[in-house]
Amino acid sequence: MIAAIRCINLVKRYEGRPPVEAVRGLDLTVASGECFGLLGPNGAGKTTTIEIIEGLSEPTAGDVEVLGMRWGRDDAAIKERIGISLQETRLSEKLQVDETLTLFRSFYRSGLDPDEVIRRVSLEEKATTRVGKLSGGQRQRLAVACALVGDPDLLLLDEPTTGLDPQSRRQLWDLIRALRAQGRTVLLTTHYMDEAERLCDRVAVVDHGQVIAQGTPRQLIAELGGEHIVEFTLDADGRPPLEATDLADLPAVYSARKDADQFCLSVAEPHVALPALLERLRQTGHRLAGLTTRHASLEDVFVTLTGRHLRDGEAPP
Amino acid sequence: MNHEFDSTTPGIAKASLASRRYWPLGQLILARLREFYREPEAIFWVYGFPILMVVALGIAFRNKPAEQIVVDVQQEGAEQAKVQFVRDTLQKNKIFKVQVNDSARCRLRLRTGKTALVVVPPSSAGGAYEYIFDPTREESRLAQGQVDDALQRAAGRVDPLPIRIQTMQEPGGRYIDFLVPGLLGMSLMGGGLWGVGFVIVDMRIRKVLKRFLATPMRKSDFLLGILLSRLLFMVPEIFVLLLFAWLAFGVVIQGSLLVLVILILLGALTFAGIGLLVASRAKTLEAVSGLMNLVMLPMWVLSGIFFSSERFPEAMQPFIQALPLTPLNDALRAVILEGASLPQLWPQTAILGSWAVGSFVLALRWFRWN
Repeated sequence: MIAAIRCINLVKRYEGRPPVEAVRGLDLTVASGECFGLLGPNGAGKTTTIEIIEGLSEPTAGDVEVLGMRWGRDDAAIKERIGISLQETRLSEKLQVDETLTLFRSFYRSGLDPDEVIRRVSLEEKATTRVGKLSGGQRQRLAVACALVGDPDLLLLDEPTTGLDPQSRRQLWDLIRALRAQGRTVLLTTHYMDEAERLCDRVAVVDHGQVIAQGTPRQLIAELGGEHIVEFTLDADGRPPLEATDLADLPAVYSARKDADQFCLSVAEPHVALPALLERLRQTGHRLAGLTTRHASLEDVFVTLTGRHLRDGEAPP
Repeated sequence: MNHEFDSTTPGIAKASLASRRYWPLGQLILARLREFYREPEAIFWVYGFPILMVVALGIAFRNKPAEQIVVDVQQEGAEQAKVQFVRDTLQKNKIFKVQVNDSARCRLRLRTGKTALVVVPPSSAGGAYEYIFDPTREESRLAQGQVDDALQRAAGRVDPLPIRIQTMQEPGGRYIDFLVPGLLGMSLMGGGLWGVGFVIVDMRIRKVLKRFLATPMRKSDFLLGILLSRLLFMVPEIFVLLLFAWLAFGVVIQGSLLVLVILILLGALTFAGIGLLVASRAKTLEAVSGLMNLVMLPMWVLSGIFFSSERFPEAMQPFIQALPLTPLNDALRAVILEGASLPQLWPQTAILGSWAVGSFVLALRWFRWN
């Protein structure tokens, strides 16, 4: 079976002073029919990667295959079979929703009826509304509709939900799930971990232009070792401060880190780890100020892998 | 639109899906037309502005029945009977507008341009009549001659040659006749540059160009769509301007309409090509506006919109004639005012044609989609 997307050792360097290497040796394989998420902080190289796959940007080096075809040789054929939404496209505000979709439809040899696409993205009531009068969520659904109108096999969506309110995000998730259910391949970028976890069959965590981890969200979390996270803070009572390394040897604890005052343990079995933790604190004479437990998320995967939070982009001091 | 075939009747929907034809060029033109007609400001600038120009300039430079010559007669220091003589003589002819004033007031009025000439009658018999005026002012020199003739004749001079005066004033030679073809050329230039250049840069900024590039849309369809929609907007624009000039000022087209249409199309294409060239790389609206003003300003001044380009020194003429608007304006005037035929206009059409071809070739080579 042909992979929907295959990138091998992709490099993109922007000339300048100093030259910027946005993508440095990125490998990626997206199977047909899956929903794949590129996850990473701003500036990680997600957009550059997706634009190379879309044929909008040329890689400095490396190999890209889309639906078994190549840019530079099969451009027209690839364009007929992919549908994209850019991170930010301001479609003409003076055109109506149905007019915009008819325009996009006319570019494709075959595709869906604009009315049908409008129904799929639930914009029936706005069909004759001008684009300028749509809300952010409605515009984003229109952008996805423009990607859909050519009836593509592969959808490439760059941050489809960024800046949307929770309800609009959920509407888009439903839409993307429905597309996947119809057997389309979807590649999307996001910096929301919850989105990737709920929506994607597989994710690749991208940082500094490289894939640093890849797999199903569950696999990545399992690779952390512990699927539970115990977070606690201590009373500042003049005792010598406790370090994360002092706790790494506790039973059932896979890793420990400290963000400012907060300790964060990734734990396989909370019922084993928690009594041991309390006992250790009693021995050192520290008193708990607060303690919570939760399931591990992709955010924890990312922080463990890079020592940074996804949304900050900056290394902690 | 077609809500009758909902999900309940997939067979019909499929059938209509297959039968419905889409014509990308047509859709691109339609989209541009819709964007344009839904923008009231654009409509004003394209259609209202040239008409306002014609009205304003037509009024400012209208042909007055016969311009009156304002003459001041200085009262003090002059013999009262002589003052009386000058005033009565000049008042007999309606062309003069006479005022009797004191010396200071006369000079002030002369200095501020309110009067063309000051006549100082002599203080005693046998003294000379004095004319005070600024020789660099054309109307003052004219006034001096006319006033002198009138006074000399009234004093008994007999002209030795019999003369007959015939006045001519027919459409074709007035300022408004000169102006309308110039404004036509000007709106072809502005419309082409703004209508193509600005629109493309705006689409580049909004990333619509980039979005289109990711579809199978043919680039030639896109550029052709911009061009053809521009030609379509132009039809009412030109029609309204010429109709208005005809109804309000009686400006008539002497030459063939076909030749005029060909010239207008050529001019529109040329400036659309230049608009495309200006927009080929610009990344911001400020950059493209600046570039367009840079391109248009020399032609506004030099290419004979409001006054003939021949007023500029001989040394500048080769440059002026090479600008695209100059041959366009010259050719439009030749057709509208003199009824020139296309073969007579070959030098102008050749210059325009080279601009059109050259700008398109360069623009397509330099054009950046993202």
